[in-house]
Amino acid sequence: MKTNYDLVIIGGGPAGLAAAISAYDNGVKDILILEREEKTGGILNQCIHNGFGLTRFKESLSGPEYAARFIVGVRERNIEVLTKTTVLSLSKDKKITAINTQDGIFTLQAKAVILAMGCRERSRGALNIAGTRPAGIYSAGTAQKYVNIKGYMPGKRVVILGSGDIGLIMARRMTLEGAKVLAVCEIMPYSSGLKRNIAQCLDDFNIPLYLNHTITKIEGDKRVTGVVVSKVDENKKPIAGTEMHFDCDTVLFSVGLIPENELTKGAGIELSHRTRGAVVSQTRETSEEGIFACGNVLQVHDLVDFVSEEAEMAGMYAAKYILDGKQTQNYVNVINGKNVSYVCPQRIDKNLDGNVKLFFRVTNTFKDCTITAKCGDKILMQKKKKIAVPGEMETLMLLKTKLLDVEGDIEVSLEVQND
Amino acid sequence: MTKTLTCIECPIGCEIEVTLENGKVVSVVGNSCPRGKIYAEAEVVCPKRVVTSTVRAEDGEMIPVKTDRPVRKDAIFEVMEKINATVCKKPVALGDVLVANICDDANLVVTGLIE
Amino acid sequence: MFDVIVIGGGVIGGLVLRELTKYKLRVCLLEKEHDVCMGASKANSGIVHAGYDASVGSLKAKFNVAGNLMMEGVCAELGVKFRRNGSLVVAFSKEEMETLSALKERGEKNGVSGLEIINQARLREMEKNISDEALGALYAPTGGIVCPYELAIASIGNAMDNGAKLYTDFNVSAIEKTENGYVVKSDDGQEVYAKTIINCAGLYSGKIAKMFGDNDIEVGARKGEYILLDRESGDFVSHTLFFTPTQKGKGILVTQTVDNNILLGPTAEEQEHADTETSANGLSFVIEKASKMTKRPPLFNTITSFAGVRAYSSRHDFIIENSKNAKGVIHCAGIESPGLTASPAIAKYVVEELVSKWVVLESNEAFNGNRKPDYFFKNLSMEEKNEIIKKDPSYGKIVCRCEQVTEGEILRAIRENPPAKDIDGVKRRTRSGMGRCQGGFCQPYVAELIAKEQGIALEEVTKNGKGAYLLTGVTK
Repeated sequence: MKTNYDLVIIGGGPAGLAAAISAYDNGVKDILILEREEKTGGILNQCIHNGFGLTRFKESLSGPEYAARFIVGVRERNIEVLTKTTVLSLSKDKKITAINTQDGIFTLQAKAVILAMGCRERSRGALNIAGTRPAGIYSAGTAQKYVNIKGYMPGKRVVILGSGDIGLIMARRMTLEGAKVLAVCEIMPYSSGLKRNIAQCLDDFNIPLYLNHTITKIEGDKRVTGVVVSKVDENKKPIAGTEMHFDCDTVLFSVGLIPENELTKGAGIELSHRTRGAVVSQTRETSEEGIFACGNVLQVHDLVDFVSEEAEMAGMYAAKYILDGKQTQNYVNVINGKNVSYVCPQRIDKNLDGNVKLFFRVTNTFKDCTITAKCGDKILMQKKKKIAVPGEMETLMLLKTKLLDVEGDIEVSLEVQND
Repeated sequence: MTKTLTCIECPIGCEIEVTLENGKVVSVVGNSCPRGKIYAEAEVVCPKRVVTSTVRAEDGEMIPVKTDRPVRKDAIFEVMEKINATVCKKPVALGDVLVANICDDANLVVTGLIE
Repeated sequence: MFDVIVIGGGVIGGLVLRELTKYKLRVCLLEKEHDVCMGASKANSGIVHAGYDASVGSLKAKFNVAGNLMMEGVCAELGVKFRRNGSLVVAFSKEEMETLSALKERGEKNGVSGLEIINQARLREMEKNISDEALGALYAPTGGIVCPYELAIASIGNAMDNGAKLYTDFNVSAIEKTENGYVVKSDDGQEVYAKTIINCAGLYSGKIAKMFGDNDIEVGARKGEYILLDRESGDFVSHTLFFTPTQKGKGILVTQTVDNNILLGPTAEEQEHADTETSANGLSFVIEKASKMTKRPPLFNTITSFAGVRAYSSRHDFIIENSKNAKGVIHCAGIESPGLTASPAIAKYVVEELVSKWVVLESNEAFNGNRKPDYFFKNLSMEEKNEIIKKDPSYGKIVCRCEQVTEGEILRAIRENPPAKDIDGVKRRTRSGMGRCQGGFCQPYVAELIAKEQGIALEEVTKNGKGAYLLTGVTK
């Protein structure tokens, strides 16, 4: 088997596919995509609802339809894909050890690597919710896999904790397939899901959303028989006397996504504790030369359209690295200012051409606010927002012309007007 | 009468205020694009939704499907019954119509690349 | 008709059963649950204690020190993970430092070797995240860690490989005398006959003892809640850290596990009815104590919390003795901490000193105490793994990505002794689902493997036996 490639991409989901196409179109043809599942497309295969691609394709596609456009793109270019193959480890010198049933355990050498492993869901265990540990407790994504891919119902009477998009989507999906969704509970005063999903997944079906509420106890010996839901105070502590009881056989958790960076960590690549992804420049190159990262393994995105955009950047710069070799770099850091929880990329190479788009999240819900990127006293870019919420990723475009004479850290912050 | 809606046309989710007089829309405020206006005008008169679901193929595989245009919101569960009664024969390809005119002139179409 | 029946499939019952198969005896194990290792053995701290805790002259002291010495060998034979990481009893005051001296003296009387009192500087050197308030510690280099459920399951599996029979879902409801022994009846009408009975029923050993009129064996239940952290934080501590015991009890421990997780706990709450619910108070107590012992425990890396129920006896010591009323009946009751450590020594003693009084022990030359080598797939070299994958490609398919468990290992757990029948059974045998995603990705796949191997529908697969169904039916 061939063991040397110009570019190896770990993960054949939306990020990996878009990165491969972009690298190919930028001149690198010797590419391998490694995918652990039987087919490429990643989590989009189970996201059968619509609403994908509005930004990129100006139409509303289902997850599989969105994935299909990229799967077909990879096929048309004859890019090599090895499915049912799990990567076990990655080293700084770009050696990849992987395993499958055909070839056993084997090692590949790449000139450049793109990390596109995606993310995983936070589990119930991470929340220390008291009670028993019966069957019937699922992360929303696992339930989605059972319903949409396997064709099985995980339960009939459902309470959902967390109002992330997957939780909202599953509230509608379970309802359409005949289950009764009794409540969606959100510990925060706002939903982390998109507003339109509250409207079309909950309101359309009269499913109540309890903000500032959490599950404080799970009941049931063998199978879930009920949950206790309590209101929380401003410190997220349950308030005694506010308990509500729901008889249910199923609890779904939609309480956040965590980039899957075990391979990244194993390779000694610098990680950000804010994003839990690699620290990258606008090229999406990590702290290790020739290793790039994109998509949800880098930062958890709300929209796959942005994943594709980011992956194309990573693909393009990986191709540049393979074709032109390492260039001299001149970095400035991008740091989180007031009311901003993270910014990606975390550094900017001033030697590169082109504008730089910053992706970031805010720490709370803000109305009538101004978002500013500045270096010292010098404002590089500013924009006004009617509303900014943590659940929706913000962007800010820094123009190349403004970056030229920047010296020192660039800070992104949010100020409430008339504050 | 004024109704407040969350637009579902795109991820922005604009809050739109629609004013009706004698059952007719007289003003739409809060939308940030023309699609929002169209959505809001339709939503107060006859709300419609695209339905997405799965159909079981004869070999047991779940085939992702959608209605190729929105159907009346109050017909969603009727549409689901029809979807659940459908069994599809392979091969099927992305875009194939599995049920013509399942509701309100909408067809049920395959949305995945099926091998 | 069996020579010996063992009641209770925990670590004591398992090692006793395995010890019996070293002799030409017909033996069986009765387990009331759907799978073995469902009680205290599956949810405890997994500590191999050095032996300074127990009172001088007690059974606890005797079997603790002996068991500690045997543990490494038994684990090597059975392919069970064991590591002598050493333990530290940490003192936070002058009074506690004095207690350490007393503990050291007691340990030495009990026969524990290598005990040493260390100062603050040395303690900080040994544990970089120890609390600034900690003044010193008693260091016990013989302290270790073991995977308790692996030990119980492997010993039962090895005993079965050597001819022992396993009855699961056998809830003992009555025991009657027969002409030359006993008949043990289950609540669903099964009957098993034997000359000799060994009661290793854990929490229920008092109930079994009463069936023979041994009313002086009183066994209570004590719940312990734990928090488990991701392997990503596995180097947070390297030794097992104990608080210095006070009038109020031993407090919790902070330890690395053999699988490189970090374990915090347990609480100790005596209960009337054994339940394994966690509580908000219990978990916050664990967090509070762990934060006293160490600087900023990495709780953001919590992967699960759980509770186990341990048995304790009113005698505050192990009860390992012949029945006072029934011939050929042996009780192992109230085996609380350090029961896991003591288990190999208890098993040897029970068979060699007690069972030998009732049945003739003739050595079984065919006995093989080693588990098959492919049980150690994880520890093999790349070349050895590739040899196995060539013969059985299912070892080339990773099912659990967090713990890197292959389909081959899962199939083996379902097929081999004692067979895994449900999701939790596979989890305890292979670690599939035990990692950071808690089965989110692998559970549907594991469920399919169980269904296929057992020839049942997917919706019949359970998490842990009857009633613990995963799915309620097909969508359409």
